[in-house]
Amino acid sequence: MPARDVPIRIGVDNVGKSFATGQGTLHVLDRISFEVADGDIVAIVGPSGCGKSTLMNIVAGFDRPDQGTVRIDGVVQTAPSSRGILISQAGSVFPWLTVQQNLMFGLNGRALDDKKQLADHYAEMVGLKGFEARYPHELSGGMLKRVELARALVVKPEILYMDEPFSALDALLHLRMRNELLRILAQERHTVLLITHDVEEAIHVANRVLVLSARPTTIQASFDVPFAHPRKLSSAPVQELRSAILRELGVESYSA
Amino acid sequence: MSGLNRVLPAIAVIAVIIGVWWLVVIATHSVVFPTPLQVVTGTLELIRDGTLWQHIGASLFRVGTGFGLAVLVAVPLGLWMGWVNGAYVTLNPLFQMLRPISPIAWIPIAILWFGVGDVSPIFLIFISSVFPMVVQTVTGVHTIEKRYLRAAANFGVSRATLFRQVVIPAVLPQIIIGMRIGLGVAWLVVVAAEMIALRSGLGYLIIDSRNAGNRYDLVVAGMIIIGLIGLLLDGLMRLLEGLKVVRWRYAR
Repeated sequence: MPARDVPIRIGVDNVGKSFATGQGTLHVLDRISFEVADGDIVAIVGPSGCGKSTLMNIVAGFDRPDQGTVRIDGVVQTAPSSRGILISQAGSVFPWLTVQQNLMFGLNGRALDDKKQLADHYAEMVGLKGFEARYPHELSGGMLKRVELARALVVKPEILYMDEPFSALDALLHLRMRNELLRILAQERHTVLLITHDVEEAIHVANRVLVLSARPTTIQASFDVPFAHPRKLSSAPVQELRSAILRELGVESYSA
Repeated sequence: MSGLNRVLPAIAVIAVIIGVWWLVVIATHSVVFPTPLQVVTGTLELIRDGTLWQHIGASLFRVGTGFGLAVLVAVPLGLWMGWVNGAYVTLNPLFQMLRPISPIAWIPIAILWFGVGDVSPIFLIFISSVFPMVVQTVTGVHTIEKRYLRAAANFGVSRATLFRQVVIPAVLPQIIIGMRIGLGVAWLVVVAAEMIALRSGLGYLIIDSRNAGNRYDLVVAGMIIIGLIGLLLDGLMRLLEGLKVVRWRYAR
């Protein structure tokens, strides 16, 4: 639970966004406001097409809002920076660089030996030891996600923006990567903003879950996730919370 | 065994063509058109007096120089036009207009400007191979996936790193495709250019053999050698596709 005296890392204030289309203006985001405290893990869930990725692009600095502001540590966000790294579903591991070269990519202005040492440290942390010289096309989908994660971690960002990071993986690998992520987040303190359509993933990882409405999107509800890690997803209180979130999304769940 | 099975049909087709050719020449009692055997003896004659190597050397030198200059110009120019939209908007219409002009159409101008020495064919090769390589390089830059550029922006890397580690490696496969196309065109053009102007080269060999006493055995020999060298040059370019830095493009 973020206490009152923990500084606000991400401040989203009254953010709105529209796109011009052939049929007129598409109103995507409608005055969204929320805050993420330092070290907090916040998940955003919402129906598909509700503008989750649009919101993420704005918060991460890749896109400008039409109205409202995004503040990172109190400073208005106008461009992406290495203090907050985006990990998206499609992934962006460079296929022409080896694993080690990928991990060293964001390490500007350091000595080569330094970079290698850091890269190898994080490669080991995510379970890529022995794969440093491989090219991405020689790796499996799960391994690629580990490269992506390690490449983000190695620059020690304060914030991880995760946009459906593991959605392309099969269910088993998805669960395994979530556990890996939790293990890493327990070691390295990051503020995390996670976008997902998977309510279970949100409850598994986050301390707080924001539910978005359909377009034009607003924050419809906010749930605290008061369970200590490791979380037992099949326990009754977790299932109750899951049902409550699903109800907000307009889905009745009969499992609880 | 599978390697042999792959080339066997191709060899069979060539053997059939040579057989038919031979039969037709004998059946028609042609005095001008050579039999395959006459082509082989003609080739041996050229090898023995050393002129074959001179002609091959001259053609390869012109292609090497013209094509090399074209690479040096086309790759930086293509990267610049692909990256800077103002350059693209300004120069692309001009290049699209120059590109469909056959290099052969430049021959009179080449002779006017550079005479009948080595410079004319080198200029023609340059003209013919520079445009496809510029176009391929520009396409390469324009088709870099946005997620990679976004990642580079996210990590806040320097411009030098962006170019060295993202843009150039991403475009390299397209550059190599452009080089393959460019070298193919260059080889077509050098022969055509030599047929018109000069004193050496495989194109000159063909025209000279015809003019100096209807030596059609040497004409056909020259054609076959041109084909074989073209095949070899394309094979060399294909080797580039196996380079480690571009293999990602062909994997999966």
